[in-house]
Amino acid sequence: MKIAVLVKLVPDSEAQIKLNADKSWIETRDISWVMGPYDEYAIEEALKTAGDKGGEVTVISYGDEQAVDGLRKALAMGVHNAVRVKREGEQDLLGTANALAEALKDNGYDLIFTGFKANDDDCAAIGTMVGTLLDIPVITEVSKLEVGEGNVRAERDIEGGREIIEASMPCVITAQKGLNEPRYASLKGIMMAKKKQIEEVVVTHTESRIEMAGLNYPPERAAGKVVGEGAEAVPELVRLLREEAKVIE
Amino acid sequence: MSVLVYVETRDGVVKKAGIEALSEGKRIAAKRGTTTAALLVGTNLDAGLEEVKKIGPDKIFVVVNAELSNYQAEGYLAAVKNAAEDFGANVIMMGTTSLGRDLAPRIAAKMQVMLIPDVIAINVEDDGNIVMSRPVYAGKVILDIKSVAFPVVISTRPNIFDVEEGDGACERVDLSPEFSLMSKVIEVVASEGGKLDVTEADRIVAGGRGLRESDNFKLVEDLADVLGAAVGASRAVVDSDWRPHSEQIGQTGKTVGPTLYFAVGISGAVQHMAGMKTSKVVVAINKDADAPIFKAADYGIVGDAMEVLPALIEELKK
Ligand SMILES: Cc1cc2nc3c(=O)[nH]c(=O)nc-3n(C[C@H](O)[C@H](O)[C@H](O)COP(=O)(O)OP(=O)(O)OC[C@H]3O[C@@H](n4cnc5c(N)ncnc54)[C@H](O)[C@@H]3O)c2cc1C
Ligand SMILES: Nc1ncnc2c1ncn2[C@@H]1O[C@H](COP(=O)(O)O)[C@@H](O)[C@H]1O
Repeated sequence: MKIAVLVKLVPDSEAQIKLNADKSWIETRDISWVMGPYDEYAIEEALKTAGDKGGEVTVISYGDEQAVDGLRKALAMGVHNAVRVKREGEQDLLGTANALAEALKDNGYDLIFTGFKANDDDCAAIGTMVGTLLDIPVITEVSKLEVGEGNVRAERDIEGGREIIEASMPCVITAQKGLNEPRYASLKGIMMAKKKQIEEVVVTHTESRIEMAGLNYPPERAAGKVVGEGAEAVPELVRLLREEAKVIE
Repeated sequence: MSVLVYVETRDGVVKKAGIEALSEGKRIAAKRGTTTAALLVGTNLDAGLEEVKKIGPDKIFVVVNAELSNYQAEGYLAAVKNAAEDFGANVIMMGTTSLGRDLAPRIAAKMQVMLIPDVIAINVEDDGNIVMSRPVYAGKVILDIKSVAFPVVISTRPNIFDVEEGDGACERVDLSPEFSLMSKVIEVVASEGGKLDVTEADRIVAGGRGLRESDNFKLVEDLADVLGAAVGASRAVVDSDWRPHSEQIGQTGKTVGPTLYFAVGISGAVQHMAGMKTSKVVVAINKDADAPIFKAADYGIVGDAMEVLPALIEELKK
């Protein structure tokens, strides 16, 4: 079985995000970049499936030189091949999806895993768009997956319940928490990953359809008030919620 | 620059997120002097039609199809595409629900148009361009995006945009798009007890590790009951298997924006705040006066949850 995983590095979730001097983007210097948690679920599921069914896992990232760091992290976890799809300059969502779809098509992947969202832009879109462009089924936000012969059965959480979904392969699966527990990279894996050859692929660029109009910190929440200590403060809290905030009857 | 809004229904019940998107769609259309259409898909749509009529779009597209009584990706995609083409829509909107997150990117990819997901504010500029704000980097910064090419697909974050009733022609147009399903929802399993989902709740009582053991969540549930709220949880308690993942709020859980958010025994880690920052009124109950959650809270009580919660439940019952 041929399996692809799409990954992208994102800032560590603890990272302080600061705007750069001219507010044109964020200050990236002091940020430590990590594999997004959902991409880790995607990698783990790919490795698990390849382990169970036999097969090879290729990890793919579209980006500048930095994307290589993400690919090496995935290689250290045990994926077999790594491909960087070269990006020059910035790209919008549709451009990113088009580029990745172009890099994936005609390569005969049976399964393509992605994170359900990347914890930087939080778009939750690329996996779905790539599958749609490839004209193959996409199952999003999957928290449970069974891979059969030529088909998959997946569970997806929705508001107040879950959907059970079936699709034939090839297909795209976007990984949600609950799918698995990602493995850690072994020391041996990390050493091997350093030496692995990373393939580079060039794709066509699409014209951007958006302009950045601003980047700002969210409005600060006004400092709240501590109503008091312990159970004695309860009547006053309830009064404030009723009369001041007017959020309860 | 007409606006088409897909209004989500599940089992015949209209999702508030869809009504919010439709209200905002009407406001955009009004500012641009153009028209709005709503789209309903599935079966059992009568109640939904009534809800949509209250908002008053110019047109209501309806796709009645038994095969689409549950959400089916390719079928719903075909319905939106059909309606968008028929209406000449330049803006296509829906709520950022689990359905919206699945459907909106498909439309953008299929129509080769831009998608702006999970938008929290929309402004129409004098030249007609639309500027949309969306939180990025876990809400640590807000990005404003100007759409310079149309059509554009926009998904709106639930519980942000005001519902506004109005008058409109509500001319009904039935469509029967052609589609073939590549994936199929074969079953929809409801969670036990028909519990309210945190993303749809107007009030949430969330508990964290400060509750010390899973049995103490009974107090959180009781407070939620009195308030008609949904129960939420921090990742710490979800990872300890005290609560299901569906209740987790934060960066690797759900994003919520209720009117009232109680954080009980939750420290207020950045990853938790990422999911609840847009709540309107936040109340924190924590025994540590220095817990970061107090910085994000409008009201706080410093104290032991095991004492404060029973008193609070009693007081609210009065
Ligand atoms: C990549 C990543 C993603 C993450 N995603 C999420 C996410 O989506 N959601 C999330 O919540 N977390 C997330 N986390 C985890 C987050 O960093 C925190 O570890 C977590 O939120 C802590 O949960 P907590 O507040 O319940 O526990 P703690 O941090 O242990 O806080 C417990 C609080 O309870 C108080 N307390 C103790 N006893 C009492 C008492 N008797 N009465 C009242 N108060 C009491 C304490 O003072 C303390 O403030 C993520 C972390 C990472 C690295
Ligand atoms: N530049 C990229 N290269 C490879 N994969 C990506 C890229 N951007 C997004 N993805 C994948 O798509 C998922 C969803 O990303 P997003 O739609 O940006 O939230 C991520 O978790 C990755 O698996």
